[in-house]
Amino acid sequence: MRMEGEVRIPSGCAIAAVISKDGNKMSGQKIYECMKPMHDRSNGLGGGFAGYGIYPDYKDFYAFHMFFDDRNTRKSCEEFLKERFEIVKSEIIPTRKIPAITNEPDIWRYFVAPLKSQMEKMQVDEKEFVARSVMKINTEMKGAYVFSSGKNMGAFKAVGFPEDVGVFYRLEEYEGYSWTAHGRYPTNTPGWWGGAHPFTLLDYSIVHNGEISSYDANRRFIEMFGYKCNLQTDTEVITYIMDYLIRVKGLTLNEAASVIAAPFWSTIEGKENIEEKEKLTFLRTVFPSLLVTGPFSIVFGFNGGLMALNDRLKLRSMVIGEKDDKVYIASEEAAIRSMEPDAENIWAPAGGEPVIIKVKEGAY
Amino acid sequence: MMIDAKELGYKDINEKLREAGSECEIEGCLGQRFIAAGMSGKNISIKGVPGNALGAYLNGATIDVFANAQDAVGDTMNAGKIVVHGNIGDAAGYAMRGGKIFVEGDAGYRAGIHMKAYKEKVPVMVIGGCAGSFLGEYQAGGIITVLGLDAEEKNKKIVGFFPCTGMHGGKMYLRSDCADVQFPGQVIVSHANGKDLEELKPILEEYCKEFDLDAEEILDAEFTVLTPDSKNPYKQMYVAN
Repeated sequence: MRMEGEVRIPSGCAIAAVISKDGNKMSGQKIYECMKPMHDRSNGLGGGFAGYGIYPDYKDFYAFHMFFDDRNTRKSCEEFLKERFEIVKSEIIPTRKIPAITNEPDIWRYFVAPLKSQMEKMQVDEKEFVARSVMKINTEMKGAYVFSSGKNMGAFKAVGFPEDVGVFYRLEEYEGYSWTAHGRYPTNTPGWWGGAHPFTLLDYSIVHNGEISSYDANRRFIEMFGYKCNLQTDTEVITYIMDYLIRVKGLTLNEAASVIAAPFWSTIEGKENIEEKEKLTFLRTVFPSLLVTGPFSIVFGFNGGLMALNDRLKLRSMVIGEKDDKVYIASEEAAIRSMEPDAENIWAPAGGEPVIIKVKEGAY
Repeated sequence: MMIDAKELGYKDINEKLREAGSECEIEGCLGQRFIAAGMSGKNISIKGVPGNALGAYLNGATIDVFANAQDAVGDTMNAGKIVVHGNIGDAAGYAMRGGKIFVEGDAGYRAGIHMKAYKEKVPVMVIGGCAGSFLGEYQAGGIITVLGLDAEEKNKKIVGFFPCTGMHGGKMYLRSDCADVQFPGQVIVSHANGKDLEELKPILEEYCKEFDLDAEEILDAEFTVLTPDSKNPYKQMYVAN
């Protein structure tokens, strides 16, 4: 496979998302159908989805979604998993054979619980243990990729157009309180199954439209903390940055947004609220290497919510709409209208202005 | 002629438009791009949300949109008129060089980016609501007007950050004293005088007719005028000259 820097394809990409603030479940059908009006934003080299609340029967277990090149890779990876986790269920992820999706790897899912003895040995908490295990598999096991590792959520991705990927994974058979979607038009990097969005770690997922010009600066910094960027595309670094800022450093979503899409110094200078001004200055000073430059619009998914964010120059489009308990986010209004023809309050957040939607406590 | 856009791709829609007579109506539009690209001699009304690059290279046709419009409306349009009964997305009127774009509501980022003009070709854009950041970025010609009609009521700024960045031609009118707006050094900021208002009047009268508004009332307010400082704006950017 040709690696990053050897391939150049012009730009595009589409994102979409929906969430019910009341935690009402929605099938995955609408989210993949809403990608149809944005078809031309993708080029068939990647499509994917993340669904939250989709595994209520296994909600206390980490759901690992995995790609394997072949049976031997799977067998040796399962050996590794058994040393670290109790596997309560393992199965092939059901798919549909359709002409639009070909060359699929072996696609499996495992519901797992970390072994206490192993966590104690490594002296880390559960989430850190899971994150490190995922990194280890993705870095060291050739032909094996964990592409989803959160509780009660899952990512589904493939090479193909997103509307076909949804049909392939039978997403209409899942019910979630929030969904994100991505149609890929890869720039600079190859289109392969692991390189489709969303990029996930634990319950965090990112779908991204754009191209990160700060990728290497961000990667060099984040790899100092045990993350490994090995999926041959820029977007995964945003997932690890969000995990580092929120889970490891304990920042709020708003603060994390102010790090990756920090306002210009001139904008900070003009702030009248002293406390806000000092905070923004502090965040830019402490995390300068995590400023993400270049165009992006992203939807960040997590258990219980979504965050939408544009780069500070707003070099990509993103609109938001509402209807009853639901909030819709998409690259184009047409996708929102496809999910909800009567969507209201359609608006476009400003560059660097995070929009955070949470499911009410206890409803997810 | 009525075109049901449901399940139709943009090629089909444009083909039907080309075959149709001068009066066309599109129903059930949902994100199809490039509608009416390069067309002339037609009046097209659209129900539903048209896709990006609506009326790109438009060459004289009139388009009325009864919904919001997405990004890059009127990209490089040459002549004609686009009227949006709603908001408009990013990069509206991208590099337009003639014709008019009238927006009832707000505009996204980079409205009027690199508009240009030549002799009798003077593009005009009027935004009834407020505009996002980078309004008139690299503006090289034409007239951009933002009215901010609901700015006070909704406590919105008439324009976001960094308006007129790289502006080196044309003119911009903002219906506000712009006390809270920061402009770059290479533009001249002034209050509209009698001559300016004379220029603005016919534009606003035409705009108001589309949306059933009172031009006199709208004109009776403070307008800020932006023009590039034509005394060599890039002096000493690279060398002393």
